[in-house]
Amino acid sequence: MALKGNLRDFSVTQLLNLINLARKTGTLTLEGPDAIAWVSFREGKLIYAQIGNEDGSLTGILTKAGKISPKQAKVIRTHATEKSDKELGLLLINAGYLSQQDILASLREYILNIVYQLFTWVEGLFRFDADVLPPDESITIRLDLENIIMEGTRHLQEYEMLKEEIPNLEMGLTFVERPGANIRDVQLTVEEWKVVSYINPKNTIRQIAKANKMNELDIRRVVYGLLQAGLVEIIRPEGMPLPPQAQKLPPVDTKQQTSLVNKLIDRIRSL
Amino acid sequence: MQTVKMVVTGPFNSGKTAFIQSVSEIDVVSTERKISSEEERIKETTTVAMDFGRITVDDDLVLYLFGTPGQKRFDFMWEILSEGMLGFVVMVDSARPETFREARGILQTFRAYAPTPYVVAANKQDMDDAWEVDDLRIALKLDPKVKMLPCVAMDKETVKSVLLELLYSILEEMKEE
Ligand SMILES: Nc1nc2c(ncn2[C@@H]2O[C@H](COP(=O)(O)OP(=O)(O)O)[C@@H](O)[C@H]2O)c(=O)[nH]1
Ligand SMILES: [Mg+2]
Repeated sequence: MALKGNLRDFSVTQLLNLINLARKTGTLTLEGPDAIAWVSFREGKLIYAQIGNEDGSLTGILTKAGKISPKQAKVIRTHATEKSDKELGLLLINAGYLSQQDILASLREYILNIVYQLFTWVEGLFRFDADVLPPDESITIRLDLENIIMEGTRHLQEYEMLKEEIPNLEMGLTFVERPGANIRDVQLTVEEWKVVSYINPKNTIRQIAKANKMNELDIRRVVYGLLQAGLVEIIRPEGMPLPPQAQKLPPVDTKQQTSLVNKLIDRIRSL
Repeated sequence: MQTVKMVVTGPFNSGKTAFIQSVSEIDVVSTERKISSEEERIKETTTVAMDFGRITVDDDLVLYLFGTPGQKRFDFMWEILSEGMLGFVVMVDSARPETFREARGILQTFRAYAPTPYVVAANKQDMDDAWEVDDLRIALKLDPKVKMLPCVAMDKETVKSVLLELLYSILEEMKEE
């Protein structure tokens, strides 16, 4: 029988705990607001994960990890379409392109990255199907859940902290114009550069994340760093309409406005 | 008759209700309960409450003070509240550094969202472990141009001075245009 429910009643942390303690084998399907994820376990160990909006094929994973170039990925995709992940992995190892170690490490990173993201899902549905496992041709790993739960909880705390700092991803970013704040003098990581290259009064933080295929945690992390360093500022993006009438006072003449504000000042002074 | 409004925002427990209460001629209408984090998960079912105070200027002019609900998902309320406001006050509990981050988040978002003047009230300055205004300014990453004022929400005089500084900023902005 499938284990089903709502993430609001039973969190991802609790689910993983249950799977770990009950040494369950099967696949957990999570339906979040923006994506679906599948995570598979064998006897309570994490073996595999996929998320709806990402290329989870071995080729995709190795490209993302920088182990093969996008050009190589294209060649593989055109010439080895029929190959399963396992076959492709063997091919790459035998051809001397990559070691087994490389492949497993990339896969591990990919899977963990998905699972850590899931800790931040607080809304959505879950279903656990016992004994449903990824196809035999997939390459699986085997990781203890205890450490993942610990690390995932840390990610969650970080995520919550970042969500407080940057509550709204519909806002835009702009470079701070002040002497000494020159983005060119700062050493940025590749991820940070990617974000910086999209900074433009028209782009929302969410759009920048999307363009860079970054998840909410990653984008918040980068934006937070840039904010902390005083390099960027949050602004209302150009296209975003103002809330009705939020444009200060009704556009009457300044004299009238000034008199109104002066009345308020006098009244408050007299309180 | 003309009504104008100003908004008082800030994290939960920063002193918004107390601030409005100090100068309002009516009892602050607030049904906000102190919600525990356990209850917060079901907040969809709890009503969104807000503080609401009034200062009558004369027969033709009334000032309303609105406090934003102490909920993380303030975005949609913000839009309603900010409609037509003159300016806003960001309240910070100077004695609780664990809330500075949220205050900073609210401030940065609100400032970007509504182009009206605002001031920051460093509230609870009467408490032993309150941070000094200058330190708080750094912690909140405030521009030196932004007015930051010491405040004790139950002390009417400090509340008045916060509101007055906000009004002075509003006046200044009008002159610039
Ligand atoms: N000592 C001190 N306590 C304050 C001050 N302002 C508010 N409080 C207290 O802090 C708590 C939260 O205030 P409240 O106005 O309800 O905060 P709100 O959640 O922002 O509306 C209440 O117990 C107030 O009495 C202040 O300036 N000094
Ligand atoms: Mg209140």
